[in-house]
Amino acid sequence: MVQLSSTLLYISFVLYLIGTFLFGGAIRDKRKEQQGKDRWSQFGIAVTIIGFLAQVGYFVTRWIAAGHAPVSNLFEFTTFFGMMLVGAFIIVYFIYRLSVLGLFALPIALLIIAYASMFPREISPLIPALQSDWLHIHVTTAAAGEAILAISFVAGLIYLIRVVDQSKPSKRTFWLEVVMFGLVTTLGFVIVSTAFGLSGYEAKFTWIDKNNQSSEVEYHMPALVGPHKGELAKESAGRLDPLVEMPAIINAKKLNTVIWSLMAGAVLYIALRLVLRKRIAAALQPLAKNVNLDLADEIGYRAVAIGFPVFTLGALIFAMIWAQIAWTRFWGWDPKEVWALITWLFYAAFLHLRLSKGWHGEKSAWLAVIGFAIIMFNLVAVNLVIAGLHSYAGT
Amino acid sequence: MEQVKCECGHVNPHGTVFCESCGKPLEEQGEKSLLDMRYEGSARRSQTYKRTIVDQIWAFFSSVKVGVALIVITLIASVIGTIFPQEMYIPPNVNPADYYEEQYGWAGKLYYELGFNNLYGSWWYILLIALIGVSLVICSLDRVVPLYRALKRQGVKRHPHFLERQRLFGVSRISDMDQAVALLKERLAKQRYRVREEDGHLLAEKGRFSRWGPYVNHVGLIIFLIGAMLRSVPGMYIDEVMWVREGETKEIPGTNGQYFLKSEKFIFDTYKKGEDNEVFNAAIDRVGDGMIAENYQTNVVLYKRVGPTVAGAKPELEKVKEYPIRVNEPLKFDHYALYQVDFRLNEPKTMSFQLTDKQSGKTLGTVAIDLYDPKETYNLGNGYRVELLSYFPDFEFDEDGNPSTKSRVPNNPAFVFKMYAPDRPEGEVSFVAIQQTLEPFGDNKYKMAFAELETRNVSGLTVRRDFTLWILGVGGAIFMFGLVQGMYWNHRRIWVQRVNGELWIAAHTNKNWFGLKKELHRLLDGTGLTMPADRLEERKQAGQGGQAHGTA
Ligand code: HEM
Repeated sequence: MVQLSSTLLYISFVLYLIGTFLFGGAIRDKRKEQQGKDRWSQFGIAVTIIGFLAQVGYFVTRWIAAGHAPVSNLFEFTTFFGMMLVGAFIIVYFIYRLSVLGLFALPIALLIIAYASMFPREISPLIPALQSDWLHIHVTTAAAGEAILAISFVAGLIYLIRVVDQSKPSKRTFWLEVVMFGLVTTLGFVIVSTAFGLSGYEAKFTWIDKNNQSSEVEYHMPALVGPHKGELAKESAGRLDPLVEMPAIINAKKLNTVIWSLMAGAVLYIALRLVLRKRIAAALQPLAKNVNLDLADEIGYRAVAIGFPVFTLGALIFAMIWAQIAWTRFWGWDPKEVWALITWLFYAAFLHLRLSKGWHGEKSAWLAVIGFAIIMFNLVAVNLVIAGLHSYAGT
Repeated sequence: MEQVKCECGHVNPHGTVFCESCGKPLEEQGEKSLLDMRYEGSARRSQTYKRTIVDQIWAFFSSVKVGVALIVITLIASVIGTIFPQEMYIPPNVNPADYYEEQYGWAGKLYYELGFNNLYGSWWYILLIALIGVSLVICSLDRVVPLYRALKRQGVKRHPHFLERQRLFGVSRISDMDQAVALLKERLAKQRYRVREEDGHLLAEKGRFSRWGPYVNHVGLIIFLIGAMLRSVPGMYIDEVMWVREGETKEIPGTNGQYFLKSEKFIFDTYKKGEDNEVFNAAIDRVGDGMIAENYQTNVVLYKRVGPTVAGAKPELEKVKEYPIRVNEPLKFDHYALYQVDFRLNEPKTMSFQLTDKQSGKTLGTVAIDLYDPKETYNLGNGYRVELLSYFPDFEFDEDGNPSTKSRVPNNPAFVFKMYAPDRPEGEVSFVAIQQTLEPFGDNKYKMAFAELETRNVSGLTVRRDFTLWILGVGGAIFMFGLVQGMYWNHRRIWVQRVNGELWIAAHTNKNWFGLKKELHRLLDGTGLTMPADRLEERKQAGQGGQAHGTA
C-alpha cells in the first residue's frame, strides 16, 4: 500500500510535467481560435486531471496505510498543498478557460511537491496533540484556502510578466526578477538536496548547544557553516571542515542548507541569464503576450474572493476550535497562529484596497505576489526557523 | 436638513451624488466618465458633514484608508512579535531581562527593552485592535444606512445619463420593441432575476442580499472582539493549574470548593516497534524506539461536594463520574473543562528503611516513611524504636552550610534518625540522605539501610471555564456567514429601457464582471440586440494607443 501510494505520487508528478508542456504548446499554437478550445489545451487539462486523480490516489492509499490523513508532517502537508493548488487550478480553468494559467500554475505545483519530497517521507505516528479529527478538518481546509489564494499569485505573476516593461531596467523588473530568483532557488534546493542525497553524503558533528550540553548533529551536505564548537566525529574524518562556526542559538545545519540552496539558485539563475541573454521575466514575456489583462486581473481577484473565506474557516476558525480542545485555549500567540493572522490581515487589506482605492491591475498583482510570499513564509520559514508548538519535526 | 429635489420628483438627502430613484447625476461632472456605483451615490455622513469635531472623528474612522492603515500597522506589529519568542514561551524560571540578552545578544536586549517580549498583551497592541473595532462600527454605519435607503428606493425608470454612464452599456435599434422586451423579461426571469416593469422599462436584479455581506461580516467581527474583551471581566474566565498525584483526591481550583478530583492513574505511552502499525517503523527508527509519545492520560474520578462547606471538616463527597482525561479529550462538567497538559513521572511517595545491626547484618524491622506525612516515631517492637528528628524533603546545604530544604516536594529526601535498641537506650543519631550516611556522634552499632522507594506519577491538569466562548462562536459564525454572503454571491442589475425609439441596455455588478458578461451573452443570444460593450476596457484600450501597458 505504501509502495502503491508513492508510485501514484510519482505518476502524478510526471503527468503535471507533461501537462505543463501541453499548455505550453497551447500558447505556441497559432491556429487556435477561441480560448481553451484548441487540442493542446484539451490534452493539457485532461492530463492534469488524470495527474490530479493519481495524486488523490496517493492521498487515499497513504491514508489507509497510516490510519490517519496524510497531513501530519511537513512532507505530507506540503504535498497536499500542491495537490490543492492543482485542484484549484482545474476549477478555475473550467470557469475561465485560460491555458496560460496552466503553464504557470503547474510548474509552481511541481516545485512545491518536489520541495516537499526533500523532507522525511516516512509515515509517522501521531503524537497525542495530533490525534483528533480536527487535524484533518483544520489542515485540509487551511491548505485548500491557501491553494486558492495561490491561484491569485499565479494570475498576478502572469499579469506582471505581460505588463512590466522589459525594455529598460527598473524597480519593477528588479522585483519581478526577485520573484523569479525565489522560484529558481527552490529548484536549487531540490537539486542540491537530491544530489547530496544520492551521493549519500554524511558528516557527523559533536557540538555544544545553547544550554552548554554536548550533542550530535548529522549533516547531509558539506558543512560550509558548522555548529557551535562543532567537531567532526571520528567516523566522518575527511569530510569538509566548516569554514565558519555559528553561535549556539543558530541552527547551523538549516542555515547550511539555506546557503547551499542559495548558491545553487544563484548558479542556476546566472546560467539561465547567460543562455537566455535577457531577464527571465523577459524571456517568459512572449508566453503571456496574448493574455487578456482584465481577465488575468479578474481571475486574481476572484481567487482571493473565493479563497479568503475558505482560508478564514480553515486557518482561523477550525484552528481555534481545535486549539481550544487540544491546547486548552483557542488562541495562544504561537508564531504559526500569528502568521495565519498576518496572512488573513494581509488579504483583508488587499480586499479593502481593491474596493475603496481601486487597486486593480498591476498593484493588485503585486499584492497577490506578496500574499503568496507570506503564505510560503508561513509554510517554510515558520515551520523550520521559528519553532513553536506547530513545528512539524522538520530536519 | 437640506434636501435636493431631482427633476424626476424624488427628494434626495443632501450629499447624494446621483438621484436615488432615477439615477440622474445631481452634480454633473462635465464629461461622461463612468459613474462611481460603489454606494449607489448615496449621501454618506462622512462625506457630507465635516464641520464639528464629531463630524471629523466620524469622517476619520469611516475612511477605509484609515481602516487599511490600522490593519497594516497591526500586521507589521504582529510580525515583530514573532521575531523572538514571546515571554510566555521562554522557560518559566528564568529572568526575562537576562534571558533575552543571553540568548539573542543586543538585539534580544533591545527587544526586551521595547517591551516586544509581551507584544500581544501590550496596551498599544490592544489599542490598535480596539481602533480597528471602532473603525469597523463607524465605517459600517456610515455606509449601510444610506446604501439600504438607496437600494430600497431605486426606481425602475432611470435617467438616460445614468444608463450611458454604466460600465456595460449598449444601444439597439429594432422594429418590434415590445416583443424584444417581453422576450428579455422571460429570459431574465429564467435566469432567476427579479424583474420589475414600469412603462415598458425593465429593471432586473439578483443577489442584492450579497451587498449586506461586508456589514454582516463586520458585525460578526465586532461581536468576536467584544467576546475577546469580556474575558478580562472577573468571573467570565477561569484558568487554573492543578497537580494531582495518583491516589490523591484534591479540590479542583476555581470551583469554589464544589468539585474534587481523584487521580486513579496516570498513563504515558510511546510508540514501539512491533507493537504498533508497521508502516511507522521507519519513523520510529529515525527518532528512536520509544521516543515518540503516543498517549498522555489521567484516569480520574470526579466528585461533587454535598452539604455545606464547614471549615476544617472533611468535605462530604459524591461521585459524579469516572473519565480518562487525554490530550484532545478534556473532561467537561458544569461549564468547566479539565485538560491533560503536563505530568511528572515517578515522584517519590514512600521510602522504606531497615533497622540493621551493622556487624551481624541482622534486620530488626522495617520503617516505611510516607514522604508527605512522616510520623515522629516508628515503633518496631522488642524494644526497637526509631524517631525521626528532622526531615528535609528537598535536601540541600544552605549558605551557612546547614542542612535545609528547597521545597516541600520530596525530590531529594534526607532524614535525621534516632535509633533506640535494648542495648542502646540512649539512642544513636544517624543522618541519612540518598547515597550517603553520616554518623555525627561517632560510630553507631545500628544503621538505617535503604530498602525501597515507592513512587507514583503526577498529572498536571488545566482547569478552564470560559463564558465568552459562545460569544466568540456566535461572532465567528456571523463573520463566516457574512463573508460567504458577500463573496460567493454578487449583486447584478440589468436595465432595459426605451429611449427615443431605441432600446438601451445597461448592466452593473459589484463583483465578477466576467460572470455578468457571460450571463448577458446568454440573455441576448439570438435576439439580434447589441451586446453591451465593456466601456472600461474600451477606454483602456483607447488610452493605451498600442504601446505597452503603463502602471495602473
Ligand atoms: C480585519 C478586519 C476586517 C475584515 C476581516 C474585513 C472584511 C471585509 C470584507 C471581507 C469585505 C468585503 C470585501 C469585498 O467584497 O471584496 C469588507 C468590506 C468593507 N470593509 Fe471591511 N473588514 C475589516 C476591517 C474594516 C475596517 C477597519 C473598515 C473601516 C474603515 C472596513 C470597511 C469596509 C468597507 C467600507 C467595506 C466595503 C463595503 C462595500 O463596499 O459594500 N473594514 N470588509
